[in-house]
Amino acid sequence: MNSRPEIALDCYHCGLPVPAGADFVVAIDGAPRAMCCPGCQAVASAIVDGGLDRFYRYRGALSPTPPAAATESLASYDLPEVQRDFVRAAPDGSHSAELLVSGITCSACAWLIEHHLARVPGVEAVSVNASTHRCLLRWRPEAVAPSRLLAAFEAIGYEARPAGDEGAERKRGREAKLFLLRLGVAGLGMMQAGHAAIGLYAGAYTGIDPEWEALLRWVSLVTVTPVVLFSAQPFFAAAWRSLRARHLVMDVPVALAVALAFVASAWATVTHSGEVYYDSVSMFVFLLLLGRYLEMRVRHRNEHYSASLARLIPPVATRLDPGGEQAVAVKSLLPGDLIRVASGATIPCDGVVEAGQGAVIEAVLTGEQNPVVKGPGSAVSAGTVNGDNPLRIRVASTGQHTRLGAILDLVASAQGEKPRIATQADRVASGFVAAVLVVSVAVAAIWWWIDPARALWVTLSVLVVTCPCALSLATPTALTVASAELRRRGFLIRRGHVLETLAVVDRCVFDKTGTLTLGAMGVSGVLPLADLAPEELLALAAALERGSSHPIARAFAGVPAVPPVEDQASVLGQGVAGTVAGRRLAFGTPEFAAGRFGFPAPAVPAGAGLPLLLADEGGPLGWIVLEDTLRPGAADAIRQLEAAGVAVELLSGDRPAAAAAMADRLAIRQWRGGASPEDKLAHIRRRQGEGHRVLMVGDGINDVPVLSGADVSVAMGDAVDVTRLHADSLLVSGNLDTLAAAVVLARRTRAIIRQNLGWALLYNLLALPLAAAGMIPPWVAAIGMSLSSLLVVVNALRLGRRGGGR
Amino acid sequence: MESLLFLIPLSLVVLGLAVWLLFWAVNSGQYDDIDREGEEILFDDDPAPAAADSAKEARRDDP
Repeated sequence: MNSRPEIALDCYHCGLPVPAGADFVVAIDGAPRAMCCPGCQAVASAIVDGGLDRFYRYRGALSPTPPAAATESLASYDLPEVQRDFVRAAPDGSHSAELLVSGITCSACAWLIEHHLARVPGVEAVSVNASTHRCLLRWRPEAVAPSRLLAAFEAIGYEARPAGDEGAERKRGREAKLFLLRLGVAGLGMMQAGHAAIGLYAGAYTGIDPEWEALLRWVSLVTVTPVVLFSAQPFFAAAWRSLRARHLVMDVPVALAVALAFVASAWATVTHSGEVYYDSVSMFVFLLLLGRYLEMRVRHRNEHYSASLARLIPPVATRLDPGGEQAVAVKSLLPGDLIRVASGATIPCDGVVEAGQGAVIEAVLTGEQNPVVKGPGSAVSAGTVNGDNPLRIRVASTGQHTRLGAILDLVASAQGEKPRIATQADRVASGFVAAVLVVSVAVAAIWWWIDPARALWVTLSVLVVTCPCALSLATPTALTVASAELRRRGFLIRRGHVLETLAVVDRCVFDKTGTLTLGAMGVSGVLPLADLAPEELLALAAALERGSSHPIARAFAGVPAVPPVEDQASVLGQGVAGTVAGRRLAFGTPEFAAGRFGFPAPAVPAGAGLPLLLADEGGPLGWIVLEDTLRPGAADAIRQLEAAGVAVELLSGDRPAAAAAMADRLAIRQWRGGASPEDKLAHIRRRQGEGHRVLMVGDGINDVPVLSGADVSVAMGDAVDVTRLHADSLLVSGNLDTLAAAVVLARRTRAIIRQNLGWALLYNLLALPLAAAGMIPPWVAAIGMSLSSLLVVVNALRLGRRGGGR
Repeated sequence: MESLLFLIPLSLVVLGLAVWLLFWAVNSGQYDDIDREGEEILFDDDPAPAAADSAKEARRDDP
C-alpha cells in the first residue's frame, strides 16, 4: 500500500529529490525548473517575480528547504513591549535592529536579501554579513512594521529573528579584529626579519663587517620586538594560565622558546656576541598564530548560529484582565493569571485549561506529531502548540519552572557528565613538554661542564629546534581543513571534539520524527472502496480539509484541482464534514466518518500510518492513509553507515507500533519506541556502559538531553533552537547521507593528524641530538622548522576538496 | 654598500606604513565579511535599487 514515489530529479531550489507526480514548476532563466514542494515553489516565484532570478546564477550552494507553513505569527513583534527589546530608535526617527538570519548558505544569499528587502517600502538601509549571518536593518517606523520586514525574509526562504546576543557578537568581532592585527604584525615582522636574516646568513658564509652585522641585528630587533610583545601575547598568557593550573600544555614550551630566544638574541645584539634567532622567533609566532586564527574562525562561525533560547516561547501573551484582554510580556505573567491562547499559537507557560477544547501538538516534548485533545482541567505545557480552537489557560508556572525548563536543566547536567575524550594533541603535548624541559636542563648542565661560554647558545638552539611548531600545527590545520570540507557539504561542527569523536563512533542512534522523517504528515496511500479514482478521493478530502490549520490538513496542501466546499464543520480530534458539489461527505476516523451517516465502520486496512475514512450517505468511499513523510535518502544513509561499520539504532518517543513500522521500512534491526527523554538518556548511558561510542541524531526538544549525553550529537538543521544549541554539530543540509561521509572524513582526519604528529616527533628526535651536540647553527634551525611546518600543513590540505561533492 | 645606510631605514619606514595601513584596514571593518566581498564583484547590479547604496553606508556605520 505504500505507493512510494520514484526519485526522478532534484529540486532546483533546495536540491531535495522531487517526488514523482509533483508539479511545482517555476520558470527561471527562461527554462522550467522542477521544485520539490509548494514551499520551494513559493520562494522561487517570489524571487523571480522580484526580478532577482540572477540569484540562481550567483549562488555557490543550494538553498535550504523553506518550512511548509508559517511557524509562528509575526504580529507579536509589532507590540511596543516586544519591540523595546530589539529595536533601537535613532534621533532622526528611524528604527534599526540587528537580526539573525537562518538559511544563508553563500554570499549570493546576502545579495538576494539586500536586494529584496531594499524594495520593501519604508526600508532605509539593509546590510547582510554572510559570515556572521547578521542583518542590520534600518527603516521608517511610520512606513513599515517589523512584522512586515520579517515576513519579507520569509517570502524568499529565510527566517530572520531579533539576534538577541549583540553583546556576544560584538565581543567576537573585537576578538577577530585583534587576532587579525596580531597575525598581520607577526607576518610583516617575519618578512622584515627574514630580509635581515638573509644578509646575516650570507655574511656568516662570506664574512661581514662587524658594523653591518650590528646594523642588521638592530634592524631585526626593532622589527621583531612588536611581534614578541604584541603578536605573541596570547601564548604568554596561555602559558602563564597553564602553569598556574599546574598543567603542561603546548603553550609552555612555545612561550619559553619565544621569550628565551628573543631575550638571548637581544642580549647578543647589544653585546655584539653569540647568535641571533630573530627570524626563527617571528616565523614561529606567525605560523602558530595562523593555526590559532583558523581555529578561532571555525569556532566563531559556529557560534553565530546559536541565538538565544528565548525564541522557543513566544515573547507575548494575551492576558484576560477584568477590564478586558491585554497583551503583556510573558515574563510578567504570574501564577493564577488567566490567558488566552489563539489557535495555532505556542502556549507560553505551564498551566491548566479553564475553558475551551482544543487539540494540542506536544511534539516539542514527546516527538509525537498527532495532537492531544485538551479540555477544561487538562494540564498544558509551555512550548506546545495549540491547534484549532482558542483556549483559556490558568497560568501555573513560567520560565525556568516549566516542564520545558526542567528538560533544559536535565540537558545542563547531562552535558556536565559527558564522557570526555582527551584530545590527542594535548596528550602528546604534556609528555613532549616535560621531555623537552628535562633535556634542555640536562644539555645546559653538560655544556656548562664542557664549555660554559657555549652553554647558553647550545641550550637555546635545543629549545628553538625542538620548538613544537610542526607539532602544534599538526592538529589545528587538519581539523580546520576537515571542518571546512564538512561545512561545504552542509555539516556544521559546533564543538571542538566532534571530528576526533566521530572517528571512533561505532553506533548511531536515530530519532524518528523530524530526523528519519520530515516531521510533516503526507499521504502515503489511497485505497478506494467504491468506484472513485484515487485522485478523486484525494480531491474530495482536500476540499473538506481546506482552510484548516490542523496538521492533517497540511498533508493535502499539494493536491491539485480541489473543488469548492460548503457547510464545512470540524469535530475536534475526529474529523471534518461538508458538502462538495451537492454531495454530503465526512472524512476522519472510521467511527466518525461512518457514524455520521449511520453505518458500521469498515475494517481498518493493515499497515503503518494513520488510516482515515472518506464516506458519503451511500457508504464508505475509500481510505486515505497518512504517514509522516520519510526523509529522502534515509535508507541510503543507513546503508552507508552500516557499510562504514557503524551499527544503526532507532530510538523514538512515538508509539512503539510507529517506531516498529519505521524500523521495518528502513531495515533497522534495533529499535525502541515510546521512550521519554529520560528513557532515551538512560538508554544511551547503557550503550556507553557497554563500551560503545554513540552518535545521536535528533531534532526535537525531547531529544535534547540525549543529544547532550551522547558521545557526539548531530541536530538536523531545521531543528528548534534549543536542540541546535545543545548539539555538537548540525546537519544544515538535511541530507542524512552526509553522516556516513562525515564519519569517513573524521577517520581520515585522525589518520592525517597521526601522520602529522608522527612526522613532527620524528623531526624533533632527529634534530635534538644534533642541537644538543652544538652542531646546528641558527639558519639550519630556521630552515628545519619552516620545512617541517610546511610539510604538516601540506599534508593537512590533502583532506580538502578531493573527489566527491559538487 | 653605503646606499644600504639609506635603504635599510627606508625599509623600516615602509614597514611602519604597512603596519599603519593594516590597523586602518582592520579597524575600519575591511575584513568583517571576507566571505562575501570577494564574490561581490561577480554580481552585476545594473537595475540598482535605491537602498543598495545606503546599504554600503550602513555597513560602515556599524560599530
